[in-house]
Amino acid sequence: MLLETAGLTKRFGGVTAVDGVDLSVAPGQIFGLIGPNGAGKTTLINLLSGHFKADAGVVRLGGDDVTTLAAHLLTRRGLARTFQGVRLFKGLTVLDNVLLGRHVRMRSDVLARLVPFRAVGTTDRGTALALLDRIGLRARASALAGELAYGDQRRLEIARALASEPRLLILDEPAAGMNPTESVGLRALMTELVADGLTIILIEHDVRLVMDACARVAVLNFGRKIAEGTPAEIQADPLVREAYLGAADA
Amino acid sequence: MDDLTDLILTYSTTIGVLGINGLLALSVWLTLYCGQLTLGNAAFMGIAAYSSAILSIRADLPFPLALLAGTLLAGLVSLPLGATVFRLRGVYLAIATLAFGEVIRVAILAIPATGKGQGLVGIPAKTELWHIYLALAVSAYLLARLRLSTIGRAWSAIREDEVAAASQGIAVRRYKLLAFVLGALIAGLAGGLSAHLNFALQPDEFGFARAVQILVFAVVGGIPNVLGPLLGALLFTGLPEILRGLQEYRDIFQGAVLVIVIVYLPRGLVTLFQLRRTRRLQRVGASDVA
Repeated sequence: MLLETAGLTKRFGGVTAVDGVDLSVAPGQIFGLIGPNGAGKTTLINLLSGHFKADAGVVRLGGDDVTTLAAHLLTRRGLARTFQGVRLFKGLTVLDNVLLGRHVRMRSDVLARLVPFRAVGTTDRGTALALLDRIGLRARASALAGELAYGDQRRLEIARALASEPRLLILDEPAAGMNPTESVGLRALMTELVADGLTIILIEHDVRLVMDACARVAVLNFGRKIAEGTPAEIQADPLVREAYLGAADA
Repeated sequence: MDDLTDLILTYSTTIGVLGINGLLALSVWLTLYCGQLTLGNAAFMGIAAYSSAILSIRADLPFPLALLAGTLLAGLVSLPLGATVFRLRGVYLAIATLAFGEVIRVAILAIPATGKGQGLVGIPAKTELWHIYLALAVSAYLLARLRLSTIGRAWSAIREDEVAAASQGIAVRRYKLLAFVLGALIAGLAGGLSAHLNFALQPDEFGFARAVQILVFAVVGGIPNVLGPLLGALLFTGLPEILRGLQEYRDIFQGAVLVIVIVYLPRGLVTLFQLRRTRRLQRVGASDVA
């Protein structure tokens, strides 16, 4: 398993936002994570990516216990993510955003920079531009990230995450705010990435996208995992129907 | 040529102070560039000024060594302080560093070797103008290059969004600490140089007023690049001289300039040279200081 959690728990005061969640994500697949609003999906992601500290439970990445590692160390170990609602460096250029995504793969160029008039960091620039090419934003490389249209910002955030050459990519509602064409493009990009050997955890409200794209799906409700299985199994699960539609009248 | 020599001789004190203020402005620019408001640089200046002066007077240490020792001491003190205060953010960080400044001021008043409230006198005046301007040129060059490096890019990422910066694998606290310590070293260098520029030191030179003055240089000048703080230092060191004829009205004019710049060029004087870029940054809601 690439990513495993056991009994993962996070409390905020009296609220248990994530309650004893066990997950195991096999490499080379798209793993879907769904659930109603407030089910604890984003909290769970923040635990996985090291932005929150777990109150109990274990997270293992590639077999290593990474439960207590801070976010920046997890990135070094090959975890990358996007954020719900996009968190780009809005005042920096599109290219700089991708270069920052490559931070952990770049050698420090401080000493080279001290020599006047010397070209520095051309290979990293090349890699970053190639990534922008791939998502179709190369022409906007010198625009400010905040100047892009919302759908483009989402794609740039994915490019920034990919720039760190991750093993595991976590996408938090990547299709939110995308039009149908962009959503189809996203689906194609994810399939391509998985074919290249990447593993993706996809949190999404667009149920059709999840059911189409994912090999396995886990469902959260009130912080607990209530179901896990193939998309077909999930769609047939009575607990899942109840969580989304409410209990049938007695 | 003779006219120029005359000019430098007449205004040599002001020219020296201008260079030192330039160094101080650069020292606070570092932390501001990574989005952190710290007010400890007057204290770092004081630590280096007093320690290098005491080493010169008591231990007869040669000037370069005394200067180096004072500068390093400021950097050394900033290390554990930075490791502690960068648990805080925003205005709490500013207050914590300000409190540190008060501690240093009171310590200077309490330690006998500093001459306490009477100040320290008899410091050998070893600082030449070229020392100051060499230090300023080297510091400005280093920071300008650093800004373009991977480190500078990480600093601007932290300024824009700390959570996203951490997600890119940037060790946020360590990068903030680096900016803080480098700032303390430059402030220390300025302190050591200024101590040996005149014969005497007064404890109140390094208090709250100085901390705010340093901040004003950098904020009014602008943070986008290292030219900003230098411009701010030039304006607020030169203006009092130019306005000398106005005597008691001088402070009013200075205050007016401050207000006008902040209202019409909120991102600093230096944005005058990049108005379009600044408008774009404001439109996308980029972090205010850059």
